[in-house]
Amino acid sequence: MSDSTEHLVKSFDADLKRLRDMLTEMGGIVESQVALASEAIMNRDSNAATRAVEEDPKVDLLEREVEQFVIRMLALRQPMAGDLRRIVAALKITGDLERIGDYAANVAKRSIVLGQYTLPYSLTGLAHMGQMVQEQLKTIIDAIGTSDTEKAIEVWRSDRVVDDIYNALFRELITYMMEDPRNITPCTHLLFIAKNLERIGDHTTNIAETIYYAVEGEVLPDTRPKGDSSAYAVIRVKE
Amino acid sequence: MSATTASQGTGPSFSGVKGHGAATINAARLAISNLDFFYGDHRALKSINLDLPERQVTGMIGPSGCGKSTLLRVLNRMYDLYPGQRATGQVMMDGSNIIDAKVDVNSLRARIGMVFQKPTPFPMTVSENIAFGVKLHEKLSKSAMEERIEWSLTRAALWGEVKDRLHTSAMGLSGGQQQRLCIARTIAVRPEVILLDEPTSALDPISTLKIEELIDELKHDFTIAIVTHNMQQAARCADQVAFFYLGEMVECAPAVQIFTAPKQKRTQEYVTGRFG
Repeated sequence: MSDSTEHLVKSFDADLKRLRDMLTEMGGIVESQVALASEAIMNRDSNAATRAVEEDPKVDLLEREVEQFVIRMLALRQPMAGDLRRIVAALKITGDLERIGDYAANVAKRSIVLGQYTLPYSLTGLAHMGQMVQEQLKTIIDAIGTSDTEKAIEVWRSDRVVDDIYNALFRELITYMMEDPRNITPCTHLLFIAKNLERIGDHTTNIAETIYYAVEGEVLPDTRPKGDSSAYAVIRVKE
Repeated sequence: MSATTASQGTGPSFSGVKGHGAATINAARLAISNLDFFYGDHRALKSINLDLPERQVTGMIGPSGCGKSTLLRVLNRMYDLYPGQRATGQVMMDGSNIIDAKVDVNSLRARIGMVFQKPTPFPMTVSENIAFGVKLHEKLSKSAMEERIEWSLTRAALWGEVKDRLHTSAMGLSGGQQQRLCIARTIAVRPEVILLDEPTSALDPISTLKIEELIDELKHDFTIAIVTHNMQQAARCADQVAFFYLGEMVECAPAVQIFTAPKQKRTQEYVTGRFG
């Protein structure tokens, strides 16, 4: 969130930089949480799972700090225009990052439960989804640091693919559940995990929209490519 | 300390969040206690208790007629110039009470300088403006004086603009430049405390911000008190803010607290613009 010219009052610029740094620090922790959670599922690594969960309090603390800092800046600086948009954006982004961290921790916790089951089916779809979401997250956290609207638009568009993978996974998992009742428990966990990943993708899209508005002063058009149609999906067994 | 009746507030704690505006308030450079001030029979200041913390900015806000400018003018004994005006109580600096009649007012005013709302350049050259006050208190060689002049103008963020016109009249400078000249003049005598009485009310927004940036830098070396009717300015500049109303000090707290979670209802009403 930087401007090309400096503010007349140097400490204002220092504050804006500090806000940016807090967000990228938060982003870094959340990125590692998501990576660890993915590892935990794919490799049945309970250490990775534990580490992902242990990072969560740091994220919560940072969110509160960012919130207090934003309120402080609003009260003491009376920011205008771009500065105002950026400072309010920081407030929204910190909320999105905190949710992402929570979802990652949830995924990690579920992976521990999942570890008790032998799964006769491959988790390639889930792995792919995890990979995509991590890339989206990395890109958007870079964009936070450099106010990069091109990266923001890239992430905004790519969520469609994540939604498509989720829909496919949804159908796949329901199929397994219908085939064999013993699959129901592990598949339900997998469904939740997939849903959490899909929500992480949604939050990165929120961040993208927020960054775009902060920099450009205009909102991205309403028609964001949304692809999650699982709410409307009905699968019937042929009689 | 302050005379506020501190209620048990459960507001957010800002101590962990560092940033603009101090999280901790320093020890007092000037300690005002039980100060009353009278214009004739009228009691304009009532039992004021306030510390001005060392090398920080204390902002004084409040509606017109609340006594904030009156208080400022007590601190360098401006009221001495006017019969019928008197102060009782204590203003302690380095162990002595500066409102005591025995204190030498001239040396006091070298230690506690003041800048007024309307820039007041002397009708002399830029250099002579700076040298004037210095000569009253110190005997400097020509080169030492030139150094002092350059130092003051540099610290007041004016040197670059006037270094090639030091021997031209100060009256030819712009409003913002004149005000910075007045600040340079004040710091040239190396005071410990600088009092600013609505220093940017007469200036445009950009000049105002330049002077606010200047105040941010000066506070590394000087203790500063600023009276302003513009509470946004107090929010931007001050580490500690004291709110005055009808001659009393209602509340004094770190700026971030006054403007996000004041403890007194009247302070809240004033800062949110719910009473004049």
